Amino acid sequence: MSLTRKNPRLEWIARNRLHPEHAQVMAELDASSSPSQWMGPNGLLRRDPHRVGRMGPNGLKRIDRSGLLAGQAYGSGGKQAKAEPQKPLITIDDPAFIVAVVPDMAGGELTSHDKDVLGMARQLADADPQRQGAVLAVVFGSYRETRFEHAGIDRLVFLEDERLEGYSPERRLSRLEDIERELTPERWLFPDSQLGGAELGRRLSVRLKERPATHVWQLLSEDGEWRCECRGARERSDIVRSLPRCILALEECAEPVSENRYEVKPVELSSTAPETMIRIDNLGQVEVDPASVALGEAEFILSGGNGVKNWDRFHNAALQLRAAEGASRVAVDNGFMPRERQVGATGTWVSARVYIAVGISGAIQHLQGIERCNKVVAINNDGGCDMVKRADLAIIGDAEGVLEALVELIEQKRSEESHHEAA
Amino acid sequence: MKPRESDKKSASLSISVLVSTGRHPITGRPGRADQDSRAVELAMNLQGGSVSLLHAGQPTEECKEALRGYLGMGIDRISLIEQSEHADITEVLTKTLKSSNPSLVLAGTKAEQGEGSGLLPFLLAESLGWSLVSGLVSIESVENGQATILQALPRGQRRRLKVRLPAIATVDESAERARQSAFGPARRGTIETISEASHIDETLASFEIKKARVRPKRLKIVKSSSARDRFKAAAAKSGGGGGQVLSDVSAQEGAEAIFKLLQEENVLKL
Repeated sequence: MSLTRKNPRLEWIARNRLHPEHAQVMAELDASSSPSQWMGPNGLLRRDPHRVGRMGPNGLKRIDRSGLLAGQAYGSGGKQAKAEPQKPLITIDDPAFIVAVVPDMAGGELTSHDKDVLGMARQLADADPQRQGAVLAVVFGSYRETRFEHAGIDRLVFLEDERLEGYSPERRLSRLEDIERELTPERWLFPDSQLGGAELGRRLSVRLKERPATHVWQLLSEDGEWRCECRGARERSDIVRSLPRCILALEECAEPVSENRYEVKPVELSSTAPETMIRIDNLGQVEVDPASVALGEAEFILSGGNGVKNWDRFHNAALQLRAAEGASRVAVDNGFMPRERQVGATGTWVSARVYIAVGISGAIQHLQGIERCNKVVAINNDGGCDMVKRADLAIIGDAEGVLEALVELIEQKRSEESHHEAA
Repeated sequence: MKPRESDKKSASLSISVLVSTGRHPITGRPGRADQDSRAVELAMNLQGGSVSLLHAGQPTEECKEALRGYLGMGIDRISLIEQSEHADITEVLTKTLKSSNPSLVLAGTKAEQGEGSGLLPFLLAESLGWSLVSGLVSIESVENGQATILQALPRGQRRRLKVRLPAIATVDESAERARQSAFGPARRGTIETISEASHIDETLASFEIKKARVRPKRLKIVKSSSARDRFKAAAAKSGGGGGQVLSDVSAQEGAEAIFKLLQEENVLKL
């Protein structure tokens, strides 16, 4: 005869939700106890209400319906619970019309601007259930994007040609003309961006002799008639007009697609690339001195504050990292850095991908200025300062030492790299 | 002065700059348009170039006053092609450029008044059959009927292009800032008016133009089936928290952690 053995410690931990091992113990108890619901012989789900829940600290039964404990389960269990639920797949077999989108695909991936424009295309395609349209995306060269189906693309024209890689507006234009001839999309949508959409869209609409709507930031629907609102006269006026065939849309013109998946069916063009007259040669991107890049648009900033004592070393580190230099207000006021390099609400609002703050404690104005930065690294003596709280990676220690070690590391990697190339 | 000797057929590089009237960003007073004045600056800085300025529009006093801003940069004359209000200037500019036949036409990326669609250079390039480059920042050299230029990319990056002349180029706002406009030369310069028949842009009448309103901020919408998740997202404090804090590490370990992050973000150029 087996004895039921109690483990008072485990019970105590199970009652004490603040105990560090609580979630672990709960998961173990859950696994050992019999299930509270099971499938009955007739296919009905049977539940035992007495087995749901657990005794609380006051001897009352508590039922947790929030999923808090299930979500907190340890190890891989927690990750599984967070896995993305499968979205419904939508297929459009026989579209009444096509809305073509030419995304920028910066770095081979859809930018957030591209996703907004695709969302707008989706609006146009799905507006009338009697007349369902399909969204066609045109991708040139090569891509790395793996989430096309989540962006709302029904059809994909992938023009794989190394000559279409990079900046090649004339060749791309001729391929778009082929698509126009073969598929005749009802609308052409482009992101109105410096990455290429603005130029290509204008080129195509001029070639098609269509007057495009540029800087479109909103679609308006009036009794089944599409209208759009565009920015004009350097952000000073709004123009409301009927929606033309070619649309160049601004960022945040529509919500990106989030609810469904789409089939991303490849479409082949029957015509091959014709020989076009090329009058623009791309000689490639130019090495730009990071110090000359305006602080507001720099991608990588090394910023120094009151904690920096040796400014020569700081400048050298910025040079080695090839980062633009920034400074906190204190450093500027003390005369170590020029005023135009000041970061923050009172200086420049920056939007760097990586921002390294050296010896900056993080005044609220400074933190506002770096709000749009993607990753913030703090190097600081004081572990309790606001910058460390904001940072994605904080190193508590001597700023000078860490910077020096970083420069040494980079020099070492560079020399390894050059050796590797030489060999 | 090399290009002048080697290129005897075209004694010097002729550059036309299409200028428009702008408005001061704060006061709204008429004056030079920012991008157009940068285009004029670019043209004036090019060695061995002869610069001519062209404007098409209504010959009002206000317009002439604004054009004097360009004269103040050290330009002797501006050709003003008289056009009525709401005229489509593509055709008349095509005609003028065809007859003057410059090697290079510069213009701002978009106008500061009217529709500001930035379409005119593209229309001109198409109707003239010339090459077009957008986002010009600087002209490095012009030789053998080809210009080597730098094009602006986002985040202060540049791309070098070689373009066959004649070409139309739109000047980006990150090009070199225009010199100050001086009062004396602005008064002394002449505005030469040329009258031409104007084509009225009829589509423009169907546009409803109003003062720009503030674009609504995009709300962070959390789509989740669980009320708890939605509440958590709504009540979450913005920013902060969740960062990795390395205390009591040696400088080398700290540097390595930073190095790893920089490589993940792909900002480090080795």
